[in-house]
This record gives sequence, structure tokens and C-alpha cells, in this order.
Amino acid sequence: MNAFDWIVLLGTMIGIAAYGVWRTRDVHSLNTYLKGNQSTGWWTIGLSVMATQASAITFLSIPGQGFESGIGFVQNYFGLPLALIVVCTVFLPIYRRLGVYTAYEFLGRRFDGKTRLLSAGLFLVQRGLAAGVTIYAPAIIIATVLGWRLDLTIIFTGLLVIVYTVTGGSAAVSLTQKWQMTVIFGGMVTAFVVLLTKMPAGLGFGGAAHVAGAMGKLQAVDFSLNPDRRYTLWTGLLGGFFLSLSYFGTDQSQVQRYIGGAALREGRLGLMFNALLKIPMQFSILLLGALVFVFYQFEKPPVFFNQTEWRHHEQGANAATFHALDEKFNAAFADKQVKIRAWLKARETHDAVAETAARAAMLESQTRAGAIRAKAKAALVADDPRAKTKDSDYVFITFILDHLPHGVIGLLVAVMFAAALGSKASELNALGTTTTIDLWRHFRPLAAADEARNVRAAKWFTAMWGLVAIAFALYASLAENLIEAINILGSIFYGVVLGIFLVAFFLKRVGGTAVFWGAVTAQVLIFILFFYYKDRVAYLWYNLIGCVACVLFSLVLQLLLGRKAEKTHAA
Amino acid sequence: MKSPPADPPTSDESPRVPGFRHWRGIYLLVFAFFVLVVVLLALFSRYFA
Repeated sequence: MNAFDWIVLLGTMIGIAAYGVWRTRDVHSLNTYLKGNQSTGWWTIGLSVMATQASAITFLSIPGQGFESGIGFVQNYFGLPLALIVVCTVFLPIYRRLGVYTAYEFLGRRFDGKTRLLSAGLFLVQRGLAAGVTIYAPAIIIATVLGWRLDLTIIFTGLLVIVYTVTGGSAAVSLTQKWQMTVIFGGMVTAFVVLLTKMPAGLGFGGAAHVAGAMGKLQAVDFSLNPDRRYTLWTGLLGGFFLSLSYFGTDQSQVQRYIGGAALREGRLGLMFNALLKIPMQFSILLLGALVFVFYQFEKPPVFFNQTEWRHHEQGANAATFHALDEKFNAAFADKQVKIRAWLKARETHDAVAETAARAAMLESQTRAGAIRAKAKAALVADDPRAKTKDSDYVFITFILDHLPHGVIGLLVAVMFAAALGSKASELNALGTTTTIDLWRHFRPLAAADEARNVRAAKWFTAMWGLVAIAFALYASLAENLIEAINILGSIFYGVVLGIFLVAFFLKRVGGTAVFWGAVTAQVLIFILFFYYKDRVAYLWYNLIGCVACVLFSLVLQLLLGRKAEKTHAA
Repeated sequence: MKSPPADPPTSDESPRVPGFRHWRGIYLLVFAFFVLVVVLLALFSRYFA
């Protein structure tokens, strides 16, 4: 990165944060602080919802996913538009009608205080721990690649987001997210256009897409019913629907984005904006990754994309092994390029037999190159069992730094940080709000009358969660596979919380005591599955099992409690 | 302290989107667009396979 990149990066990050602070410096009303400006329109709400979901990992990992496994991951989002329609028709009108600040406040009114505390507590544990990862995950990748100090990267981004989130609350979060999304869209479109100009002469988008398709990277929809397939239309529809419903309908970091605004209409249109754009957006990011894959068929890629890690091993005791792998990969790349060009020529001749033979040779050379990459990863582990072998997160950032012009590099790094700040701000805002409304006011009911004191409390709690997130991110490097651990933690709690909300909305006869103990029992069941049957039940199933168990246990308990009450009444 | 403003009980107002009188129409449009996107993605996969 040169001075121009730094000006673009820091100008974008600090400029947007300063604008957010300046525009919301006079926020004194609790309603504006927690729910945003009353005049907020659907456009801002829609972008805010999108920015909350799109973390920096979206723009680092998803192109890598497209590079490594193709665009099939887009199916994971197929349940999202359907879930958002349910949120618009059922969840949002009730939140608006009751005028609640948090989703858990609604549970308190529908059931009782203990159910509200339980669900708010589950949210705080899960989201509070995940908050550190939102800063840590992009910081570790960007700091590694650019040679920055990880601790300073974490502290700088953490403090920047704390400043404007604490100052302006929800109003500042929505306002800054709107501009952050503008930077993100601008940066990704620029990357797409520049990438196409970097393709070999005469290939163009169509030719590049044919190369990607022939190498199996453009299989977007898989109708297979085979349960061994990770991403299919059916898993995307079913799993994606439940995951999106619990995320958009019950997670305060999302609920807080759309319950504000001038009217119900604004929240609904904001959500429908996401329902329309989310799949095309994810498709574009994955396609970008698939096109980066094509680019690296004509431009030699490194054998392992986390080059810092690779160089570290290459200079160690087993240097000869790593040099030999480098040479083998170079030879395989040269051979593959010849085969790809031969296939492109064969396509032009319209000779089906020659085209099929050339395609088979191309795929064989691709398999050989893939096998060398796999050997390289095995060599890293053999050299050091703690070595990080997942390099797909480093693909896009490597492409940006090695092949994009200065200025665009700064813009694309700004995209990563804008995404990190946007999602982080929503998390802190939600954690601060839930702590203030569902815990602090619950235990200090007399304080509810003092608006200024409530705003002060919300600011302190937001700052506290921000510092917790920074501290957690600084210590996160001590833990291996942290991101997966956080995903597991989320799956442990998400299903049960969704179950509580589904009972609240759809099973009017079930009361607070039944749903509380139903949720506790379902949570115990998930803990048993996690501690004793971890190898038999994949953690993603905890979402569905937790939700169904919570609903069923609540129904059974309500039936038993109802009969007991009837007997008492009769006696 | 004032309680947060709540919407009136009959909050199912018109979407005020040209061409749509009810929210049902918006939801149908979103659903139809979703189906179209899935079909286009399937065709895209087949064309470039």
C-alpha cells in the first residue's frame, strides 16, 4: 500500500465515523438513541439491515469460497427472502404495535419477566462472545497480509466503532452504515471491472465464465437429494429459512435496524429491499471469486495463498521440501495453462470430440495442480502441527494487493474495514440496548422514568461491550479454530430462542411458565447433544432440534399445567 | 419518561408503492422475483457447465 492507498483508506474510515458523530452529536432522546431517527426512510433501513449482516468476512471469505468450491454456496441464501416475508407479516407489525425497544421486551409482555430474562441472557452470551470475532477475524487476515501489528489493528478499529456508536447510538449506526454500504458497493463493482480488464486478451466475460464453468465453479443450483451434498436447493430452502428467520426475526442486532423509522412501511420496504437484493448480491461476490479463479489460470498463483505462513516455513528447517513443492506447482501451472488454451481453441472449432478430449486433459491437469496444493498444506502441518492450512480467506486480498492499481487497493481494503465497522456497530448497539432495557431497567424499575439517565446507561453499556469485544479479540489469537467455536456457540442457543418466539407468535394458548421450562429443557437437550453426541449430530442441526424441542416441550408442559390447573379449580 | 411511540392497532397501511394497493402484492412480487432468480441461476449453471 502506498500513500494514496492510505489516504483513501483512512479518509473513508475516519471520514464516515466523523460524519456519524457530527450528525448525531445532539441525540438526547432515548427513543432516537435506541431506535434511530423517526424520519429514517426504507432506503436507509434496507442498507442498514444489509450492512449488519455483511461483515468483513463476507468480502474476504466468500470470494475465496467461490475460488475454492464454486458458486454453489449461494443456495445457503435461498431461504432468506421467504423468511423476510414472514418477518414482515408476523414479527415486525407486532414489534411496532407494542412499541418495544428490544425483541425480548416483546417476550416479557407476551409471557413474563423470567422468559424475557432468559432470552435476553441467551442473546447477550452468544452475541457478546461473537462480538470479539467480528473484529478479530478480518484483522488477523489483513494484518497478516499487510504486515501490520494485529493488536494495533484491533484496538484502532474497535475504538473507532465505539466512538460513533456510543455518541449517536442507533441513529449513528444507520447513518454510517448507509455510507459504508456505498463504499462497499463502489469497491466491489470497481474490483469486478478491473478484474475483467486483467483477463487475457479476447477472453472477455463469456470466455472466462466458460472456463470457470468447465472447471466446475459455476454450479449455482443443485437439485440433488443426496444428504452428503453440503449445499443443495433443499438444504438452502429449509436450513436457510430457519437460520434467516431466527437471525432477522429474533436477533436484536437485526431487529433494532428495522423497528425504528417513520412508519411500519419503512421497515417492511427495507426488509423487502434485502429480500430482493441479497441473493443477487451474494451471487455477484461468489462470481467474483470464480472469476479470480479464472484469472489465476492465466497468471501464476502462489501454491499457498497465506504467503506469510508459507514463507515462514520456507525459511525453516524443511526449506528443501517447500522449495520442491513450489517447483512442482510451477510446472503443473505451466502444463495446465497449455491445456486450457488447447481447450479454448478446440471450442472454437466446434469439433465435439476434440473439445471433449481437450476438456478431459484440462481437468486432469487441474486435478494434478490441486493435488500439489493439498500436498503443500499437508507439508505445512507436518512441519508444524499448529500451522493454519485454510488459505481461501487470503485469495481475494492477495489478488487485490498483487494485481490492482494503487488507490483501488486502498478502496478495497476500506471495503473490508467498512464492512467490519458496520456489522460491529450494530452488534454493540444491540448489546448496549438489551443490557439497558432488559437487564438494567428490569432490576432498577424506578430508573425507567429518568430518560437522560437511561441514555447515559445505554452509552456506558455500549462502551463496555465495545471494550469487552476488543479485549476478547486481543486474546482470541490464543484459541485455535475460534470462528468455528463461535459458530457452534451460536447454533447451541439460536434454535431455542427461535422456538420461544415461534411459540409466542403462533401458539397463543401457551403461557410463560410452560415456555420458560420448555426452553430450559430444550437447552439442556442441546447441551447433552453437544457434550455426549458431538460426533453423531453436526452442530448445524442444533438450530432445528433446539427450535422443534422448545416448541414441543412448551406444548406438552402447557397441556400438563392446564390439566393441573383444571384439577385445582375443580377441587 | 415518555414511553416509545407505538403504531396504532390497525397498522396494516397501504405500501404507497406505485402499482400496489396491498402488501400482499409486494410479497407476491418478491416471491416471484425469488423464483425467477433461482430459475435464472439454474439456467446460468447449465449454460456455462
